[in-house]
Parts: sequence; C-alpha cells; structure tokens
Amino acid sequence: MSDSITTKNVTFKVFRFNEETDYLPYYKEYNMEVTSEEVVLDILDRIKWDHDGSFSYRRSCRHGICGACAMKVNGKATLACKENLHSLTETFGDELVIEPSSLKRAIKDLIIDKGDFWKKHDQAQPYLIADIEEHPEMECAVSPSESEQLLEADLCIQCGACHYSCPVVEINEDFMGPAAFVKAYRFEADVRDEAHVARLEVVGAPAQGIWDCVKCFECAEACPKELNPIEKITKLHNMLFTEGVSNNPVAERHAVGFAHSIKKHGLLDEGELVRYSEGNLGVLKHVPVAIKMFRKGKIVMPWNMPKSDKLDEIQKLVKSSSTSKY
Amino acid sequence: MEKLKYALFTGCTAKESTPEQLMSTYAVAEKLGIELIELSEASCCGASHLQDYDDFLSLVLNARNICYAESRGMTMVTICNTCQLNTAMTKHRLDTNPELKARVNEKLAEVGLEYKGTSQITHFLYAIIDDFGLDKISDMVVKPLSQFNIAPFYGCHNIRPSELQNESHKSAENPYNPTSLDDLIIACGGQNVDYEEKNKCCGFHVELQAPKTAAILTGNALVGAIDQNADWMVTPCPLCHLKLDTQYEHAGHAVGRDTKIPVLHMQQMVGLALGCTPEELGLQHHVSDVNFL
Repeated sequence: MSDSITTKNVTFKVFRFNEETDYLPYYKEYNMEVTSEEVVLDILDRIKWDHDGSFSYRRSCRHGICGACAMKVNGKATLACKENLHSLTETFGDELVIEPSSLKRAIKDLIIDKGDFWKKHDQAQPYLIADIEEHPEMECAVSPSESEQLLEADLCIQCGACHYSCPVVEINEDFMGPAAFVKAYRFEADVRDEAHVARLEVVGAPAQGIWDCVKCFECAEACPKELNPIEKITKLHNMLFTEGVSNNPVAERHAVGFAHSIKKHGLLDEGELVRYSEGNLGVLKHVPVAIKMFRKGKIVMPWNMPKSDKLDEIQKLVKSSSTSKY
Repeated sequence: MEKLKYALFTGCTAKESTPEQLMSTYAVAEKLGIELIELSEASCCGASHLQDYDDFLSLVLNARNICYAESRGMTMVTICNTCQLNTAMTKHRLDTNPELKARVNEKLAEVGLEYKGTSQITHFLYAIIDDFGLDKISDMVVKPLSQFNIAPFYGCHNIRPSELQNESHKSAENPYNPTSLDDLIIACGGQNVDYEEKNKCCGFHVELQAPKTAAILTGNALVGAIDQNADWMVTPCPLCHLKLDTQYEHAGHAVGRDTKIPVLHMQQMVGLALGCTPEELGLQHHVSDVNFL
C-alpha cells in the first residue's frame, strides 16, 4: 500500500564543530532506521535527545515559515523541517552528509554566524519608504494587479538558503546576494514606495550589486519556498534601465551591446561587444588574450563577421519589439 | 532505427571564438549518422544578458529562432548551455502564459511567423544520450580513452534550474550530482574524475564587469580537476570552454596556482573515441594546448 509507513537504514555524516574548543571540524557518523514519515529535523532531534545532548542546531516553527533550520544535505540547501528523508535518499543514496549552510561561518555544529546575511539584508532597505500622512483621509489603495507585481517576493522567509548557495557571496564579501536582492525587489515593485531610485542605486552599484551576479541559478535551485530569486534579479536589471539609474557603465553596455550587435548582424559580434562594453581604452587589457586567441584561429575579423540569413526580419523585430532605451 | 534528424542552433560562439566546436559537432554527427540541419536564420539568443536590458525583445528573438525549428518539423538541438537555457526558458514562458504568447506572436506576425510550441529543445549532449543511446556509442568506440582521467565540467545552464532543464530531456539530471557527462566519459572508455567543482559556475557571464570573481571561479574549477589527478577536462558548453581554455592564466594568477590543463568540448571527446582525427576535431584551435595525443 502506498500510504503505509516504510523504514530504511540510513548513514548520517553530521558536521560537528565547536568554535570554543575545536581547531578543526569533524564528521560524526550515525546509523539509523528512518521511517518514510520523517524529515531531516526528526533525525537531528533524535541525535540530540538519544545520543548527544551537546549537538547544536537552530529550529523553531517546524512548518517552513521561520527559516531557522536552513542547512545543507549533500550540498543541497534545504530546510530541515521540510525535507523528507526517504526522498533525499532517492536522490543521494543511503549516505547523507548534513552540514551547516556555510561551513566557514560555523560557530557550533549546524549553527552559523548569519551576521553578513542580515547586514546585506539591511543594505537593501527592506521597508516601505513613503511619506504618508499621520491621519490620512483615504487608505493607501493597492490594486490586485499592482500587488501581483511583487510576484512572490513577499514570501521570502530569510532562511539564507540562496545566500549561502551563491558562489559570488563566497568570494566577494561586498556582494549583497540573492536574498537581499529579492527583498529590494519586493519594495521596488511596491507602488506605495517612494525610494525607488535611491534603492536601485544601491542595488546597481559595482561589486555589491546585481551586475556581479554570475547567472548560475544556484539561488533558484536552493530556495525552499521556490521564489526564483534570479527572476527578481532580472526584474531589477530591467528597472535600472526604465528608471535610468546608471552607475556601472561596463556592465550596462555589456547588456545593451547585444541589442546593437543583433540589429547589425543577427549574431553577436564578440569582439565588438568587448570593445563597446569596455570602451576604446578599457578594451586594451584584453589584447594579450586576444592575440593568443587570434593565433589559434579564434578571432573573427570585422570584415569576416558572419550574418544570420533573413537579417531584415531580425532588424524589423528589433525595431518593433524593443521596449527599453539606453 | 530511423535516422536521427535535428535542427541545429549553433549559437554565435561556434561561428566565432570556438570554431572547433562546430567542426567537431559535424564530425561526430557524421560518425553517428545523425543529420543536422543548420538554422541559418537564427539570431543570437541574448546570452542571458539581453533580457536584463530588454526582456520582451529577448523573448521575441528566441521565439523567432524556435519558429524555424517548428517550420521544419524538427526538434531543436543546441550546442551551447546558455543558448539551451535561453531558448528553453522562452519556450517554457510562452507555453505556460497564453497572454504573453499572444503578445509575442503579434510581433512575429509582422514577419509572417507564428510561435506554436511544437518543437522540443534539447542540448546535443542529451540528444545523443536520450535518442542515440550510450550503449550504441560505446559499441562504436574504436579508440577507447582508457588511458585518461577525464574531469567533466557540466556548466550551470544545462543543469539549473533543474525543473526547467528536466522538461527538456528524458534522463533526469540531479543538479547537485549530475551524471550525464560522467556516463558519456565512461561510454567513451575513459575514467571519469569526481571533484567538487564539476557542477559549479565558471564565471563567464561576469568576465567584463567582475573579472576578479570570474577568474577565481575559473581557477577553482581548474584546480579542482587538477587536484583530483585529471589528465584533461571536458565540457558541453563553449562559454565554459572559453573561460577554462583561453583564460587559464588569469585564473591561475587569481588563485595562485598553475592551472594549465587541456579542456575539450564534449563533441571532441566523443570524436576522439570514435576515431576522428585531431584536425577534424579542431584540436589545433585550443589556447591551452592539447598535448596528450
């Protein structure tokens, strides 16, 4: 019967570390019978209650709302209270590695220092900025279609799953990260908000902002609420152009350059894109690599640039379908 | 088996900075008896950047490309992960949103086209695994790659977001532990190398605006493969290839290591095993020399 409870034997390798007493982290192994009803949190509780009272992790609501129990299982970010163990073993086999969301931020076992997350969350100005009268005559009306513009950004539970799955957060400490961008988008898309441009200037700034996103889709894969953070990042990119907020010319021209090139050739002119993005001076730093590529037959000269067939069609569509200006 | 036929969307890179990729695609297709009809009308997919500037224009152009596969009644095959993602994402958005599809079709009607949603879109890697079959490739291997430890580098835009990607091909891929490319290495007689960075980002898309981030990510991938004793790497994505092959010196500086290792396109690897010559596969076009033959 499909609804009967089954059990299976699973090996758990659990990350252990105490900042105050350990030089290095280690993994402790537990073999357990796991039922088809149990989630990761049940196992953490059993380890703590039956085996080792010092084992530490964050938990609170048990309903996927508080975001406290975010962690990684075999590298996959998840909420311990959400993830069924039998389905995890179907994906990863019968050995599951349980680790904190970010190894380098571990304080005690699965508990991490989430300070950087909250600092970046604050940077996004995650609140409504509006000059609203103290005793307004009318309520601040938002139509259903206007509230739909928030997409699901309002449902973020700040668990940090996307933030600590983002490779840029790992190597660039200024980068705000996907969760902060989702939060920024949530208020950018709010018709009552009056700080659109100011917030976009933060979100569009070099190093910290959305232009440093590598488009790896780790955030979309990680989010346990399936909020697709990179979709909100794209919306923020679009807003930078519609609001005319420009403080990262290389990155902006890198996006715009595609439209120029497609209009001219149908295809992308790779060399011209680099020149247009970097400018005539900036492009010089690419010359050494370009020479190596040229020697290997990897550079197409402007006079040999291939073109799409039916280029007139493409040009007509670029003209009639463009919705942005730069 | 009926002869496999696909509409080939080459993307821009294969026509410019990775000519070896197009050569090896055709060489392998010929060996396998797969017919590829090039979509010569196709435009650039926008490479995940055009949509940041103009999302609607990106949708219209990608829908137009798909129209030409539909009018030939064929599945579209891509040879670039980013082309695959952009095209499949467009298909998904139009197929699930009739209002958006109508708006896009209104524009396409101006040039006499209509997006219908009748063509599938799949990467060549999955086309040969799903439709041709690894067993058959294995049977056709004449020069098994048995001497080599080969590190697969999957490339983000073939494995994430997994929900979308797994609509495009039959063999479900786990984004946290992908196996398709490993399976292909084994089918070619090689030894697949497991390393942490195999499903990570190469940094290609921020090469211009965040060169340091891009170089560290590339460096991590190269070092990851080298430290697991890989003889060479293989990737299905020409953009990953550009980073790993042409930028290895920058990447080496960024991570403080020697990061030189040959990187092959997945088509070149299959081609070698099937007995194609290095010239047919364009191995002379690599910056990080292919020195193991």
